[in-house]
Amino acid sequence: MNKIKRILGLFWLFLAVIVGYYGITSLGIPKFSSGKQDDLVFAIIICFVLLPIIVIGLLIFGKYSIQGEYDDDKN
Amino acid sequence: MSTQKSSLTRIIGASSLGTMIEWYDFYIFGSLATIISTKFFPQDNPTAAFLSTLATFAAGFVVRPFGALFFGRLGDLIGRKYTFMVTLLLMGGATFLIGCVPSYESIGFMAPLLVLLLRLLQGLALGGEYGGAATYVAEHAPLNKRGFMTSWIQTTATIGLFVSLLVIMGTRSFLSTEEFNDWGWRVPFWVSILLVVLSYFIRKKMEESPVFEKAKAEGKTAKNPIKESFGKKQNFKFVLLALFGATMGQGVVWYTGQFYAMSFMEKTMHVDKEQVDSLLFIALLCGTPFFIVFGWLSDKIGRKWIMMAGMLLAILCYRPIYESMYQCTNLSNKTELLSKQSTQASVQVSKGKNTDSVYVIKRTFSDGTSVSTTKILTLKKGNEVLKNDSIKTEIRETVHINQKDKNWLIFLVFIQVLFVTMVYGPIAAFLVELFPTKIRYTSMSLPYHIGNGVFGGLLPAVATYLVGNAKDAGHPQWYLQGLWYPIGVAAVCLLIGVLYIRNKARTIDE
Repeated sequence: MNKIKRILGLFWLFLAVIVGYYGITSLGIPKFSSGKQDDLVFAIIICFVLLPIIVIGLLIFGKYSIQGEYDDDKN
Repeated sequence: MSTQKSSLTRIIGASSLGTMIEWYDFYIFGSLATIISTKFFPQDNPTAAFLSTLATFAAGFVVRPFGALFFGRLGDLIGRKYTFMVTLLLMGGATFLIGCVPSYESIGFMAPLLVLLLRLLQGLALGGEYGGAATYVAEHAPLNKRGFMTSWIQTTATIGLFVSLLVIMGTRSFLSTEEFNDWGWRVPFWVSILLVVLSYFIRKKMEESPVFEKAKAEGKTAKNPIKESFGKKQNFKFVLLALFGATMGQGVVWYTGQFYAMSFMEKTMHVDKEQVDSLLFIALLCGTPFFIVFGWLSDKIGRKWIMMAGMLLAILCYRPIYESMYQCTNLSNKTELLSKQSTQASVQVSKGKNTDSVYVIKRTFSDGTSVSTTKILTLKKGNEVLKNDSIKTEIRETVHINQKDKNWLIFLVFIQVLFVTMVYGPIAAFLVELFPTKIRYTSMSLPYHIGNGVFGGLLPAVATYLVGNAKDAGHPQWYLQGLWYPIGVAAVCLLIGVLYIRNKARTIDE
């Protein structure tokens, strides 16, 4: 199980990058450029609140997984 | 730790009552949003409309985690009891004052600005309350009853929603529509102060958490809880685990079952508002006891697998459930009784200047469903108003479903509430057990409010965006596309939860 957790660490790093890319290009940019005020607030929250939490959080989570911080004896 | 049964009941009652009042305060703003926007945020004024959007988003998503940090730190430094008394008073005071703010017509821009500030204070207070109540109850509970006892705290969000609806309905029943729209809408905000004073005196008599008292006496409290929670790897890794392995999935399942189901029936299925309210009310009422059931069960078989099973079921069942819901009002499956079709034409004066032509077409179907389609053609000085070279027409459709479909929808919403109770019932005990006493309040509050407030709170906006895109692209099942957000988030959370979370209750006395 520890080995799977560590290998999956790479997947979380990859997922962080993918979510960041698609979040900005599919959700953020279209909303920023729509010109509507509601969309602007939504885009700001997506790009400056939700995405940083997911991307930075998953990157650190992935790093910890690879380092074995979630191994059974440390968990 | 041996605490008497009556004392435990008092602790649960006092803590749950206060938390329920805070949810009540938070929800009445949302339930009265339409009236509030006309009083404080006139839509024809762009700045006021912008403040309105900020009030909606900021209080729910951005401010709650800050409240979690601010009050969590206080709770770990000076005690749980003092801190959740402060959050209670802050919330009650802010809610009462919202009910006292003069309207935009009376004081201009100060009105929306004050309401926005008070709404932000509500968000801050809510961010601090939940972690305090859950920690306080858990630190009094014996290990074998911790899930059961904290599950009472978990019922408060749903009960707070009930009470807010009841107080609003009660106020409406005593007043005429004009009186309610004029000043009666303020009453539910004023009621809050009575509830808060009552809860304050009940909570005041309570003792500090014995676990925290012990840690304090031994000099084991944290000097800087925020730094210890998020600056040390051995704690921060559990904050991340709580967020990605539990609370983000819980947040989206909670919002889908309690709020997305409601907006789906109203906006996508066009079901009559009163029918939606009543069927949701029944489904929530039937589902609420299961918070306690799953909290109790988590003491027997562990927290992890109940939460994970709730997420898995939600992932697998959401699309079939929503497809079945949608088909209840899919008119292409129904046979219209053409002899019963009627059209009424009338003229209405809107905004005191324009005169609109209104056509109401009523259709009845063989299974008892009836549909009322209202077409409003805007006229200016007797002429039709053109928009993009066509006549500006507003179409509203309201579907009145038959009893059989209503019962079926109650069942389908109930199933979703059941998923909510599975993921939400045991989560307070799970979060409390993840962190040591000295940083517990801070560490558990933040992932909870990010998971629930940010991941869950953004669900309606993200889902609406996905549905809109799919509809524009002509997707045959456009109405189901909004579900990809909760399904995706819950699937990632499930994977992390299953692999990384261990299924063993920990001691919380250290």
